[in-house]
Amino acid sequence: MSTVYLEVAGLKAAYGDIQVLHGIDFSVDEGQIAVILGANGAGKTTTLRALCAMVSTEGSIRLAGEELAGHRTADIVRRGVAHVPQGRGTFPELSVEENLMAGAYVRSDAEVRADIKQWYETFPVLGERRTQAAGSLSGGEQQMLAIARALMLRPSLLLLDEPSLGLAPMITRALFEQLTAINADAGTTMLVVEQNAALALGVADVAYVLEAGEMALSGPADELAADDNVRRAYLGY
Amino acid sequence: MVVLASVLGVFDISLDKLSNGELWLAQFFRGLSDGATYASVALALVMIYKSTGFINFAQGSLALLGVYLAYIFSVEQGLPVALAVACAMVASAVVAAFIERVFIRPFPPDHVLPLVIVTLGLLLIIDSAVGIVWGFRTRSLPSMFPSGAPIEWGIAQLTWRTIGNLGTVFAVVGLLYLLLSRTKVGLAFRAVSSNLESARLVGIRVGPTLGFGWALAAAIGTLGGALVVPDLLLEPSIMLRVLIFSLAAAALGGLDSLVGAVIGGLVVGLARNLLVTFLDLSELALATAVAVILVVLLVRPTGLFGSTTVERV
Repeated sequence: MSTVYLEVAGLKAAYGDIQVLHGIDFSVDEGQIAVILGANGAGKTTTLRALCAMVSTEGSIRLAGEELAGHRTADIVRRGVAHVPQGRGTFPELSVEENLMAGAYVRSDAEVRADIKQWYETFPVLGERRTQAAGSLSGGEQQMLAIARALMLRPSLLLLDEPSLGLAPMITRALFEQLTAINADAGTTMLVVEQNAALALGVADVAYVLEAGEMALSGPADELAADDNVRRAYLGY
Repeated sequence: MVVLASVLGVFDISLDKLSNGELWLAQFFRGLSDGATYASVALALVMIYKSTGFINFAQGSLALLGVYLAYIFSVEQGLPVALAVACAMVASAVVAAFIERVFIRPFPPDHVLPLVIVTLGLLLIIDSAVGIVWGFRTRSLPSMFPSGAPIEWGIAQLTWRTIGNLGTVFAVVGLLYLLLSRTKVGLAFRAVSSNLESARLVGIRVGPTLGFGWALAAAIGTLGGALVVPDLLLEPSIMLRVLIFSLAAAALGGLDSLVGAVIGGLVVGLARNLLVTFLDLSELALATAVAVILVVLLVRPTGLFGSTTVERV
């Protein structure tokens, strides 16, 4: 039995007066990929934002046994949580290389350069465009950059919000292959919010289904993929 | 010919003046000197604009406070002027960091309008406070640079002060460039201005980064004020006038470009001196600054060197 790495209990989140999450519980084991499915407005993005203290929350968020709730975003990042927000997670005015340097902002070790080189090998198009402004990259290239930027932290937990949004199906598949490879190589625990349920369930170990701010279903990804309700609602067959 | 003569008549332009090469050169040097001072305050405006996306109207007031401190340190305490200015730069940076922490940070950094209103309020408060503490009597602050002129050509003089002002501005812009492009704090600064949310998500502490920007801008503004004031006299409204020329300089340069601020400053300085001298428009000196702002906004809102945001969708 693997150890629980992220454990969330009774998580509530609100934007002003509007309650989005009504006390959800979920957990991700160390080295696993977890996926959160759900319709638009179910609270998937809010769940990820809540983990990084980017929305006001109540409840408990434990990372490797330590409570994160009450900490600021910058401190949560220092505990190894990297977050790729939906859409543009890059610094458009900064060059590709500067984006990667910024990703390593909290690191002070000597291997930052080597890591940048490594991501240029993984995503060669980023290496070709290292001096270009990130804002001039295509949507797919920016998504790669945002993910590489997040990985520059050498995170222990990677949060990905709709990584496939706006990408061509082929690029999306390649991206998910990269993510599973990174998960296998570095043992990075991942929590992915994804509209493309078939693809996400294919790579995930465990899956959760959010409905209107409540956790409706949870279980191993292959079991959920076989569930009739999940298939009808999210897989469309 | 009649038309030309009447135009010249309206503006009181004398052909004697226009053909006087020494006068042109003299005003050219004066323009450079003034331009350097506008540029230095414009640099402070650009620093804040780059990080926050708004114009800090209290910038001139922080510089005013700094210059009064330089006056206290040099004239009253007897420190050498350059040292007094350096101390005043540090002191104004501390005050600016305090003001940022207390009055600016409570507001979300991505809501610009309330922040602009706060800086306008700070302008009024600081200017009045300076008036209450030090009075409205004019004082003179000596220049950091020696008097005299190494190059003279009739009435045209390239003074040590002009050379010093220009040298200071180029040194400041060079150091700022290195700070922003080569250091970690510079990277944080640019990351915050580029994407606030992603800056938080890479672990940058946004508040202290912006506070650092305020402190740095105040120090630069104080240095700019210390260049301006020896040409004029020190009194509580002095920086308000400089601020308008510096705003014109920053707008012309493109608001987010350091090099643009310097070139904008020099152009505004030259335009002001040449127009005032050859068109006898001394009453309209301030209007030339406003005219520059208006023309830039109409013709090229991004200024000469401002970045047009590149973004593919």
